[in-house]
Amino acid sequence: MLVLTRKKDQTIVIGDNIEVTILDIQGDQVRVGIKAPKSVSVHRKEIYEEIQEENRKAAQFKGTSLNDIFKK
Amino acid sequence: MMLDTKHFGQIEIDENGILEFPEGIPGFENVKKFVLLGSSEGSSLFQWLQGVDNAEIALVLIEPKRLWPDYVVDVDDAEVEVLGINADSKVLVFSVVVVPDDIEKMTANLRAPILINTENKKGKQVIIEKNLYGIKHYIMEDLRKIEGG
Repeated sequence: MLVLTRKKDQTIVIGDNIEVTILDIQGDQVRVGIKAPKSVSVHRKEIYEEIQEENRKAAQFKGTSLNDIFKK
Repeated sequence: MMLDTKHFGQIEIDENGILEFPEGIPGFENVKKFVLLGSSEGSSLFQWLQGVDNAEIALVLIEPKRLWPDYVVDVDDAEVEVLGINADSKVLVFSVVVVPDDIEKMTANLRAPILINTENKKGKQVIIEKNLYGIKHYIMEDLRKIEGG
């Protein structure tokens, strides 16, 4: 992992079309602005990982008769 | 064409129904082609998103608007650009359902709906950045309300 030190309002450029700017620093919280092409999805890692996990769990279901669970 | 499915064995599907997910879906980023199963009359509550080249990958889906008519997908234009949605597009919205052994604990992921543009057959699972809906939303109680079960 490349480690860089940046101050408020300074930017990192990734490739030729992604910019990451440090907008504000308050204690242990950092606000980050990200400028990226529309084709690049940007998400908080923990949310993306939770969704991966839910999808994997959803794919583990083995039954088929879900549409019958409310039939009397 | 014939398709191997996880739950329904080998079935005949219409190739025109194959959906392209250019980015795959989280957890299955390499699976780019899916079909919707169980939706012939659009009446069944649960449907399946079946991987075309990956028989073992099938996710249970529900249409959240059938349970929660006020459900809104609020995402950036950039998030849905890959879907090529225009004013005439008909977009289907699904939530991925996790069915545990104890069916009472069934949950739907309302935070990350799957959108499908029926016109160009493009699909994507988007993430709603605003924290309005849960990733694990319990649904049995609401299902009973609409099913009268």
